[in-house]
Amino acid sequence: MTPAQRIAAEFATSRVALAGFALLALVLLAAALAPWISPQDPYDLARLDLLDSRLPPGARSAAGTVYWLGTDDQGRDMLSAILYGLRTSVAVGFASTALGLTIGVSLGLAAAWLGGWLDALLMRLADLQLSFPSILIALVLLAVLGQGLDKIIVALVAVQWAYYARTARAAALVERRKEYIDAAVALALSNARIIFRHLLPNCLPPLLVLATVQVAAAITLEATLSFLGLGLPITQPSLGLLISNGFNYLLSGHYWISVFPGIALVLAVVSINLVADRLQDVLDPHERR
Amino acid sequence: MLSHIVRRVLQSFGVLAVMSLLVFAAVYAVGNPMDILVNPQSDQDEIARATAALGLDRSLLEQYFIFIKHASTGDLGRSFAFNVPAIGLILERMPATLELATAAMLIAVLLGIPLGLWAGLKPRSAAGRTIMAGSILGFSLPTFWVGLMLIMVFSVWLGWLPTSGRGPTTNLIGIPVSFLTLEGLRHLALPAANLALFNMSLLIRLTRSGTREALQQDYVRFARAKGLTETRIVGVHVLRNVLVPVVTVAGVEFGSVIAFAVVTESIFASPGMGKLLIDSISVLDRPVIVGYLCIVVTLRVRPGEAR
Repeated sequence: MTPAQRIAAEFATSRVALAGFALLALVLLAAALAPWISPQDPYDLARLDLLDSRLPPGARSAAGTVYWLGTDDQGRDMLSAILYGLRTSVAVGFASTALGLTIGVSLGLAAAWLGGWLDALLMRLADLQLSFPSILIALVLLAVLGQGLDKIIVALVAVQWAYYARTARAAALVERRKEYIDAAVALALSNARIIFRHLLPNCLPPLLVLATVQVAAAITLEATLSFLGLGLPITQPSLGLLISNGFNYLLSGHYWISVFPGIALVLAVVSINLVADRLQDVLDPHERR
Repeated sequence: MLSHIVRRVLQSFGVLAVMSLLVFAAVYAVGNPMDILVNPQSDQDEIARATAALGLDRSLLEQYFIFIKHASTGDLGRSFAFNVPAIGLILERMPATLELATAAMLIAVLLGIPLGLWAGLKPRSAAGRTIMAGSILGFSLPTFWVGLMLIMVFSVWLGWLPTSGRGPTTNLIGIPVSFLTLEGLRHLALPAANLALFNMSLLIRLTRSGTREALQQDYVRFARAKGLTETRIVGVHVLRNVLVPVVTVAGVEFGSVIAFAVVTESIFASPGMGKLLIDSISVLDRPVIVGYLCIVVTLRVRPGEAR
């Protein structure tokens, strides 16, 4: 049995985790297939009919199609808008985590392997950054950078790298004292080979758990920033922006414009957290909370 | 102890200096606030005069040193947008934020610790499981969305509580507070509950795991063997040991509660520092942004874990 199979088998013993995994698969599938399964292209203005604006869930359009989740103030089908929004949110979450993980782990491993002033500098920098709540750092960065998909990813990476760098460094410091690393050094393998082939794979378990949690955190943070009007521009609406738009109509009782995108956001975040929780139990049994 | 305090204070100054320079340089790089502040119809002369009046014609380093010189006397510069001292503007909004954060922390502690204790003592019971499921939701649900749901349920559907603002304030030793009147409390209830949610979930988890750990310890077994009542065992022996890490976390989290008040204040249109920050970011009001961050750092914002 390979380690991956063993982990998968152990993961599957929890029914809650399996349900979370199934939900996550559904969310990812919906996000990936959004352009093909949406009843309407929500950003093709020619297809929108203002007469259909703010229809409640289940209402029929003038043309006879059913708006299962209602429409927004511009007559946009909410189900389609949510599927596209989910696509943006999920993409931003995964892209920023992948980038942050790569940068953070590289810096963390470099700090642990090389030590000295580089280690001291990187860790003080991480300490400094972690002493601020992530939302403040992201807010200030976005204030400086402005709006845009690339900018929000930069902000999310900047928020995340320190977590990965610290975790990778801590794991690498423990691993590098072990005999297999001594053996690799004695074999005169190159530094790059030792780090990537021997050290990194053994540091992965805590990093994987952290990265899973961070995807959910990144999606939430992006939604929060977009809700505050500092995240994505209106041309690339994520779930946060949809919720923010719906907030304007919440007080007049048009609940569906903000509630349904919110539910989509919650489903995505909760499913990721359920998977992360189980991964932690399986991969990192000592750190059980 | 003294050397520890001195070192921490020096560290705080170091953080403050590095942070203010970074933010100053960054905010400086963002484009010209004049574009937003000056009437677009004004001519070059007028723009130049207004730029000089705000000191924006000097170099970055010059501007920073002037800022530091003034900051050491407690003057953080004048707000571009309101043309009043930034520090005054922030301090004026501070009571609302501190009141909200304190109320949120109180709710989190007063509900989180008993619930966590219950879940720890009876982990297999229906109540214990419900409490834990609730705390997982509290972690996962985005704070701002919960805020919207609170407004929808309690304000729009049930009509029990107001949706925005602070309500009437009364003066308590010169500080406007709203928790002394019923109307003020009604305004405070939803935002405070919203802001409390995350930390309540955190405290439930901490208390629960602490309780479960304590119950296995020899001193609890010994107390049982001695025939002490369950109330005394839990109230004195378990709780006292559980509270140590819990109190530490509650203190540390106060800083991030203030930071997250940015979100809650925006939703509930509460006139606090956080709302001021968001408004200032949208008009590039540099002195207020820098001032807000300096004050938050001074309030010792400690590690805000990923939320």
